[in-house]
Amino acid sequence: MRADYQLSQLDVLEAEAIHVMREVAAEFERPALLFSGGKDSIVMLALAEKAFWPARIPFPVMHVDTGHNFPEVLEFRDRRVAELGVRLIVASVQDSIDAGRVTEETGRHASRNRLQTVTLLDAIEEQRFDALFGGARRDEEKARAKERVFSFRDDFGQWDPKNQRPELWNLYNTRIRRGEHIRVFPLSNWTELDVWDYIARERLEIPAIYFAHERQVFERDGLLLADNPYVQRGEDEPLFSATVRYRTVGDMTCTGAVSSSAATIAEVIAEVAATRITERGQTRADDRTSEAAMEDRKREGYF
Amino acid sequence: MDILRFATAGSVDDGKSTLIGRLLYDSKSIFADQLEAVERTSRDRGEDYTNLALLTDGLRAEREQGITIDVAYRYFATPRRKFIIADTPGHIQYTRNMVTGASTADLAVVLVDARNGLTEQSRRHAFLATLLRVPHMVLAVNKMDLVDYRADVFESISEEFAAFAARLDIGDLTFVPVSALHGDNVVDRSANMPWYDGPSLLHHLEHVHIASDRNLIDVRFPVQYVIRPQAATDAALHDYRGYAGQVAGGVLKPGDEVLHLPSGFTTTIRGVEAPSSRGATAIPEAFPPMSVTLLLDDDVDISRGDMICRPNNRPAVAQDIEAMLCWMSSDRVLTPRSRLIVKHTSRTVKAIVTDLHYRIDVNTLHRDESATQLTLNEVGRVRLRLTQPVFCDPYARNRTTGGLILIDESTNATVGAAMITEAT
Repeated sequence: MRADYQLSQLDVLEAEAIHVMREVAAEFERPALLFSGGKDSIVMLALAEKAFWPARIPFPVMHVDTGHNFPEVLEFRDRRVAELGVRLIVASVQDSIDAGRVTEETGRHASRNRLQTVTLLDAIEEQRFDALFGGARRDEEKARAKERVFSFRDDFGQWDPKNQRPELWNLYNTRIRRGEHIRVFPLSNWTELDVWDYIARERLEIPAIYFAHERQVFERDGLLLADNPYVQRGEDEPLFSATVRYRTVGDMTCTGAVSSSAATIAEVIAEVAATRITERGQTRADDRTSEAAMEDRKREGYF
Repeated sequence: MDILRFATAGSVDDGKSTLIGRLLYDSKSIFADQLEAVERTSRDRGEDYTNLALLTDGLRAEREQGITIDVAYRYFATPRRKFIIADTPGHIQYTRNMVTGASTADLAVVLVDARNGLTEQSRRHAFLATLLRVPHMVLAVNKMDLVDYRADVFESISEEFAAFAARLDIGDLTFVPVSALHGDNVVDRSANMPWYDGPSLLHHLEHVHIASDRNLIDVRFPVQYVIRPQAATDAALHDYRGYAGQVAGGVLKPGDEVLHLPSGFTTTIRGVEAPSSRGATAIPEAFPPMSVTLLLDDDVDISRGDMICRPNNRPAVAQDIEAMLCWMSSDRVLTPRSRLIVKHTSRTVKAIVTDLHYRIDVNTLHRDESATQLTLNEVGRVRLRLTQPVFCDPYARNRTTGGLILIDESTNATVGAAMITEAT
């Protein structure tokens, strides 16, 4: 079948990600997988399903719910989790606000993006998780380009980018003390295009908002934001109807849509291959705060 | 389309960041918003050119100090290949990060400045790439524009490097004269150097043959995880026991007779399964670096950390190991009698350093046999005694079964990496 013993790039990336997942299942006591219903976590969950088949996925999935998610995505999340028979833990930012752990931001640029970190770290502590799979990729952002596959977090959940554990070959140091944890990124070496190619090859289902649809939107700082009850729209930000799709899926308050007529995976891939703008640059308000916005949030314990 | 992983070594002064920027830019892998951000920052900092190093230096401290501290991974693709660049720091104080980047590389690009010729740093980079057994090396003689594209400058640097390389064990060495700033011989052949008849750097990266770098002879399957569905309700799955792992060497097929270590029992492969969520998953064979599940004929007691190989081709079952070791800790030194944790394939054991034979000067290759310790970023030849055996091969034969990491038992930090030379 493979006389030259060649593997495609997707086969190599899949083999690497599955190795990582099995390593976590073998070496940690209480791992969990962060699942948002976005495309990267959909791929990650599909890889977990494959890694342990015919057994069930040997860890629960967790969603940090800001309360500002797209309803289509939450519906998809619940259906997918039910299909797999895995346990879903929802950590709610609203609960953190109600409990006085965090204070809701106010004003026009109010977002729960940054508040998620506290909810996430509280949930990790409460559930005593020692390893958490995240779908982050190194091609997404320059601070992420520096991060290890197995990324150590101290007992405050903090990342110390200047003092990362050397990571050689496929040997991962999984040793931690109680209270510390490891963030594990099986898709580290995947690019946005690899993720889409894999979704196409494996015929993975994704939420409908990834495909072109009609939506009421308004423009802010060059982003097309969906009309939604969680964001204060100014008088200078009129609503209009546009044919858009989402390139990333996050909070409704800070995730922008892109103008698109791509109605199929093949059309989305063609657009992604041709685009001249990064996905976070095109769609995320949360990265625009400063040059090092992602590094700063990651240091605090963000995804 | 396959993947080539390559590491770049050299300092900002050698034009490494410019070269990477050029590869990314000319292969249309830099996005408009990234370039805008870099241009804006360059302008704000009062620099009169677009500083492409800002693309790769992602950490605040790196931007402030203008140096690369840690490995950054970059991705680009051409119609022929997908590339993963491990962009590694050139300064000696970040040797451990260069070692990290080189450990998985298929190819290393060592940069030199044509005006300065070979430096201590270029020799060190070549040595470390060889130590990590990166199978292919390219010496990129950069800034050819500043020496008027002269053939004799390129030839004399190439000859000097070839003489140095003869003392190392480099499998495949290629020389390319480039100007990263102007793009000569980076993506396209340069009209400024008609005397050079070799390929451009990118052409070489696209065509270098890496499929045979893997060991497809010695069957090595470290058992990583045992899959047992324990589904009492499903009769078909009730007795399922699959041995999951990533193939480290050789080709495994159903019907092959295999030997299990440490027990020494032989059995036969009943099936090879690819990861799948859709039922039929049997595949005719498995080879590196596939992650697969093996089904065996006999009910042998097999667990994580064990090894599956062929009866007539076994790894060493070793408790005493000779190795080249790179020390990576600034908090602790390595001395004879140091106690450490060793992680090798899927096995973790305790170890004691029984001997430090010599320290090697990574710049001159001089061996100092009077050395009594290794400090951060130092490399030496050691002997380790393990509390339990590992199933290993010389690193030169297999990078997976020949490599190990060392962990400090009290801090849990990764403090070293070692390449096995002999095992008994």
